[in-house]
Amino acid sequence: MTEPVLATHGITKRFGAVTASEEVSLDLRPGEIHALIGPNGAGKSTLIKQICGNLRPDAGTVTFLSADVTAEDTVARARRGLGRTFQISALAMEDTVLQNAVLGAAGASRRAFSLWRPALTDRSLRAAAEEALERVGLSDYAATRTAELSHGQRRQLEVAVALTLKPRAFVMDEPMAGLGTEGSQTLTAFLDTLRHEAPILLVEHDMDAVFALADRISVLVYGRVIATGDREAIRTDPAVREAYLGEEA
Amino acid sequence: MRRETLLNAAIALGLLAVPLWAWSAGEPFTITLATRAAILALAGVGLNLALGLGGLVSLGHAAFFGVGGYAMGILAHHAQTFAPLDLGLFTVAGTKSMPVIWLTAMVFSALAALAIGALSLRTSGVYFIMITLAFGQMFYYFAISWPAYGGEDGLSIWVRNGFPGLNTLDPIQFFAICYVLLMAALVLSAVIARSPFGLALNAARQVPQRVETVGIPVYRVRLVAFVISGTITGLAGALFADLNRFVSPSMFSWQLSGELIVFIILGGTARLFGPVAGACLFVALEHWLGGLSDYWHIYLGALLLGVVLFARGGLIGTLAGREVAHD
Repeated sequence: MTEPVLATHGITKRFGAVTASEEVSLDLRPGEIHALIGPNGAGKSTLIKQICGNLRPDAGTVTFLSADVTAEDTVARARRGLGRTFQISALAMEDTVLQNAVLGAAGASRRAFSLWRPALTDRSLRAAAEEALERVGLSDYAATRTAELSHGQRRQLEVAVALTLKPRAFVMDEPMAGLGTEGSQTLTAFLDTLRHEAPILLVEHDMDAVFALADRISVLVYGRVIATGDREAIRTDPAVREAYLGEEA
Repeated sequence: MRRETLLNAAIALGLLAVPLWAWSAGEPFTITLATRAAILALAGVGLNLALGLGGLVSLGHAAFFGVGGYAMGILAHHAQTFAPLDLGLFTVAGTKSMPVIWLTAMVFSALAALAIGALSLRTSGVYFIMITLAFGQMFYYFAISWPAYGGEDGLSIWVRNGFPGLNTLDPIQFFAICYVLLMAALVLSAVIARSPFGLALNAARQVPQRVETVGIPVYRVRLVAFVISGTITGLAGALFADLNRFVSPSMFSWQLSGELIVFIILGGTARLFGPVAGACLFVALEHWLGGLSDYWHIYLGALLLGVVLFARGGLIGTLAGREVAHD
């Protein structure tokens, strides 16, 4: 078996009496989409925060590209190549679409402390940004203020900014949230090809997308992973049906 | 945006034209007013980098203004008393040379900004405002209780410091120095705003988590901005002291920090020329309304209320329209 790109090893996080993550061990292998599903309050967001470096686990470790990154912050993990998209679009709304993408490119090329040359006329930054926008289909909106984008376009821009990092792994927190059927189909098709570039840890509520995309699925309930397996295994797992899918179906 | 560029040019030319007219008409006091406006604008341009672009509402920028002022005061005081400055291990002669004074003022205000910023930037929002205010007050009370340099009474400098090749006692020549430095700071601000650093600073104001997610350390970006900001304000402090030939703890006062913020709000937050427009308006009001009543601040307060309630973009925002993102 190939070595996982990103993995958690028994991470536990408690907030007072509440155990948000309990001995969670997950891994993301090259070329796969690993979906993380679970009912509201299952601790998905807390888990993502520990994987991305916003929260430090009480116990356990996080490894990324064979390195223990448990003690590293968000910035350090991003520099290693962890590309993240947020559940609620985190974009500079006053800036243009292109500026948001150029910011990503500046971060990726460690040029954020360059004070002299204009960012938007810098050839390499601009090329990286435009390529990312092109891939998600936002090229025509480069000069648009982000605040004027539709919700779906903002979701696309989230993905584009992550692309500018040329990540080694993606962590996507509900990229389909609030997208219409058509929008989520387009994004599903895009993520389907993206997995070959870098594996994706996908937190998603849209079950159609999850079952269309995921190579493996992990189900999180009350902070614990109750099952991990391929689509068929999860679909037929009795514990999962009881805890989660039963409510939805 | 074209309209804002034209407006900026008009403000820059206006600030140049008024003292030139006053010079030809033989009105030195008007030149002094324009110089005062240019210096306060320079201090505001410094603050605008932190406050406008970075969203760091510092209520302690008078600390840097005062450090700049005292750098000038102390160096010039030792020069005029011919008593070298004893630093324990070695002594330093005072100086009356502006470039040396400016450099000293900038180095020390940068160090002050580094220390204050390193601590304050660990907080945000109202706590940041309060902690910067607290640091400003610390400097204020330190200056008051420092008898070697005049304590509460401040320090008088008998003759304005010199600049090679210029007669700084001539009001128009001193104005020219201040004006050139103001323009240089504006160019620097414009360059920074368009740079990758400016983009990151501006984005960190809007969505810090996004900036970190692309691998840019927000704290360091803000700290660098805060230091540049404090350095520019410190330079303005040195010029202000030279304008008045007097340094006192009031340069450190929180009222001054507040006034710098008022310039920015009056002129237009995060607009390149916002603090320039605001400082000119402030000095003009201070002159005209101050002649009518000692309590002229009440009119300023009313104006500020009007701007905050009805013209959020300040003077420049109202005249130039909504800001369009940098091209």
